[in-house]
Amino acid sequence: MSQSEPENFAYDADIAPGDERFDGYDDDEVVGTYLVGLGLATLLTVVSFFIAGTTLVWSPSIPVALVVLAVAQMGVHLVFFLKITTGPDNVNNVMALAFGVLIVLLLLAGSLWIMANLNHNMMPMDQMMQMQR
Amino acid sequence: MSAFEVAAGNGDPNGARRNRELRARRFATEHATGGLLSKRIVVGYGFWIFLLSDIIMFSAFFATYAVLVGATAGGPNGHDLFDLRNVAIETACLLLSSFTCGLASIGARMHRGSWFYGAMAATCILGAAFLFIEVHEFAGMVARGAGPTRSAFLSAFFTLVGCHGLHVTAGLLWLLTMMAQVLAKGYRPDILRRVLCFSLFWHTLDIIWVALFSVVYLMGAG
Repeated sequence: MSQSEPENFAYDADIAPGDERFDGYDDDEVVGTYLVGLGLATLLTVVSFFIAGTTLVWSPSIPVALVVLAVAQMGVHLVFFLKITTGPDNVNNVMALAFGVLIVLLLLAGSLWIMANLNHNMMPMDQMMQMQR
Repeated sequence: MSAFEVAAGNGDPNGARRNRELRARRFATEHATGGLLSKRIVVGYGFWIFLLSDIIMFSAFFATYAVLVGATAGGPNGHDLFDLRNVAIETACLLLSSFTCGLASIGARMHRGSWFYGAMAATCILGAAFLFIEVHEFAGMVARGAGPTRSAFLSAFFTLVGCHGLHVTAGLLWLLTMMAQVLAKGYRPDILRRVLCFSLFWHTLDIIWVALFSVVYLMGAG
């Protein structure tokens, strides 16, 4: 197996996450991708830290802005560092990612919803302690 | 006129049969070679599935933290505890290490030792710096009486951030192992597959840290 494996990564079929289709010896373009990713991620991080401490915007909007910036930065990392693309060679990777995101959203939203509901419906702790006496 | 056309000629039962056999053989070989995926793709995909399950585990810790963030039991909350300057340095370390890890994976694919070892060493130093700051922060919190036993909020905080820290620790050990393996065994395809999995792991840790510094530190300190 190890002998017959291709040395360059120009495959006809799918592509592994983190790999990029390239002809073997032109590394400038590949480094460029990581540089663009680093630049965008740095920009989003700086904006996040700035937004968190600022009094310039309406304060209830800050958490929403932070979530949006975080999701954007995760997208930047997925595209420029993990090399997840929308190309036909990446369908399997994207489908697995979509399923993972679905489970994450169900878990987060479900937990927060159920626990907020329980918290709302339950008797306050001090009253419950008094009833047990 | 090619041999194929001669074989496919009308009124020649032998030729027609040979033609069918030829097509069947071509179909069989296409399935045997073109249909099988390269081992690098299979390994990378399998490791991608593992990383997604790891992200799902972290999302459970995030949900726990979000539920318990207000349960401080009269103790300190995030605003009292978090130092955003430390968090900014940690973020810079991890982001830069993700970039150098990408450079190392290029170096490995190009079989270029100076790139690979240099970038891996930079990744290692940045990761270790991140870990040092985090351990320092944890020790400071415990010394101030804000350890994981103080409140449900702090239990959830130490579980979530500590789990990420453990992942970084494991990643650092893996990183040193990969440097040693490339040094000892060279750029063999199986070693390169491990380097690919390591770089996927390290990039994913940075993605989780993005969620961590946004949700835990920036929202908590604000």
